[in-house]
Amino acid sequence: MITKSLKQGLTLAVIMSFLVGCSSSSTQDDETTTTAPVVSEETYNEVEEQAPLETIVYFDFDQATLKPETRALLLAHADRLKSSNASARLEGHADERGSREYNIALGERRANAVRDFLVLQGVSASSLEVISYGEERPLATGSDESAYAQNRRVELKY
Amino acid sequence: MKRYLLLFVLFVSGIAQAQLTIQISRGADNPTRIAVVPMATQGLALSEDISQIISNDLEFTGQFAAIPRSDMLSFPRNEAEVHYRDWNVLKAEYLLIGSVEQRAGRYYASYQLFDVLGQRKVLPKLSVDGTEAQLRDLAHHISDKVYETITGIRGIFSTKLIYVEAFQQKGTKDKYRLMLSDVDGARSRLLLESAEPIMSPMWSPDGRRVAYVSFESNRPAVYVQEIATGKREQLTNFRGLNGAPAWSPDGQRLALVLSKDGNPEIYVLNIITRQLTRMTNHFGIDTEPSWTTDGAGIIFTSNRGGRPQIYQVNVATLQVERVTFDGEQNTRGRVSPDGKSLVMVHQRGGTYHLAAQDLKTGNLRILTETDLDESPTIAPNGAMLMYATRFGGKGILAAVSLDARTRVRLPSKQGDVREPAWSPFFN
Repeated sequence: MITKSLKQGLTLAVIMSFLVGCSSSSTQDDETTTTAPVVSEETYNEVEEQAPLETIVYFDFDQATLKPETRALLLAHADRLKSSNASARLEGHADERGSREYNIALGERRANAVRDFLVLQGVSASSLEVISYGEERPLATGSDESAYAQNRRVELKY
Repeated sequence: MKRYLLLFVLFVSGIAQAQLTIQISRGADNPTRIAVVPMATQGLALSEDISQIISNDLEFTGQFAAIPRSDMLSFPRNEAEVHYRDWNVLKAEYLLIGSVEQRAGRYYASYQLFDVLGQRKVLPKLSVDGTEAQLRDLAHHISDKVYETITGIRGIFSTKLIYVEAFQQKGTKDKYRLMLSDVDGARSRLLLESAEPIMSPMWSPDGRRVAYVSFESNRPAVYVQEIATGKREQLTNFRGLNGAPAWSPDGQRLALVLSKDGNPEIYVLNIITRQLTRMTNHFGIDTEPSWTTDGAGIIFTSNRGGRPQIYQVNVATLQVERVTFDGEQNTRGRVSPDGKSLVMVHQRGGTYHLAAQDLKTGNLRILTETDLDESPTIAPNGAMLMYATRFGGKGILAAVSLDARTRVRLPSKQGDVREPAWSPFFN
């Protein structure tokens, strides 16, 4: 499957670069050489985008520091963001413990932590929007640790 | 492109049915026993049972126990029909009698209060009038008079409540409502409905406007809405947080939280000049501002010392000092109207209580025992506070007296109820 779609992608890339090459060659020659690889790279990523990525990272209670186990996932998101022109909305959330306005601030901290990590990996800051919902939009209802753990999160929305 | 949401403002009264009902969960040890005799109505069919509303009002404070009608031996309509022995037998300490008349479309409720033990009249015959739609107002007015006469403290029964109702169910779209009701939960009406969160409502000191946070534009922004007309204005639209609006005692400024400079900081916005002044400057979280009664300081929550605790910033000098030291964390401080106590959400051993700290001695008193209590709002007479808690898996409002002796719940029939804001006195 993967090799097949990769093949199709590469074929497409070749066609695309050919088309770009044609259209650009009428204006300037040196542009042709720089534009072509970009196009093929974009096409290649269309292939990779078919692999689904988890879009939620979780946090510890009253903490806004990224957990080591979220690193791999965020690196994958960084790659996706860098190689496409996509922008993402980072939605920070908190569990219901603690006051609502404090949790809004905490949710923003968490979303900022994700943003800062992505920017450090080379993602353009302007492609990332941070918003915090605090405890207003829980994923899981209930007042127990399992619900709390699911609610302390940042959701990446493309 | 802005996504527009289901959002409308209603300012006609009587839209929604009463959704909160009062349950006394713990009364005072020795409540004052009062007999509220059914009002003589001269055959008038009234849409409200005024005497029952008065009984409920007084019991709501936990300081009173109303004698059941079924126990009463007589129903005096005037002073001549009062026989103290009938009320002594029932161990009634006070007796309220009255009557309602209708003249030219208006209703007149007159009432008298007697001290049964002293066998004397403590309130001469008084009368209050209103339209049929105001019958509950007449009842609350009488409750205020009776309460003040007996306790010496101004009654809060004519004050109002604003709160947030949230409907979040799997499979249906989220719905958030900003609601206004009588302080007993009756006559609730919709101020704002949105598919995005509504938070942190707070009354202006004149009781005419409410400031709140709405996410209706897909980002948080602070709005101010006139209660009578529904007219609203968006006050802030900064990058990042726009939250926790708190009116200054003079009603001319709003303290709020903005993170436009990278961190959540406390700012003061002059509503008239629109001048913005930054109050705090720290890399930690600074939030939940609330003014001291004299307007010289702003209480706020900060995690600058590690866990969240309550601090105070001097508005003129911007000097910050820490106010709370007890417990693992303390948040959302509110100063009582007399300026003597600080009410807060206090956490120790993983449990969230409401607590009051004496600002002079620093002594802390735990007010509530249930878990997850939050958002305390103090009655304008300083005798009670309302807060949000969880009961039966739902968010509900509850009230506790500031001496922690009495507790009432206001369960909702639908949705999660949260973030109560107690109005100031209206006159």
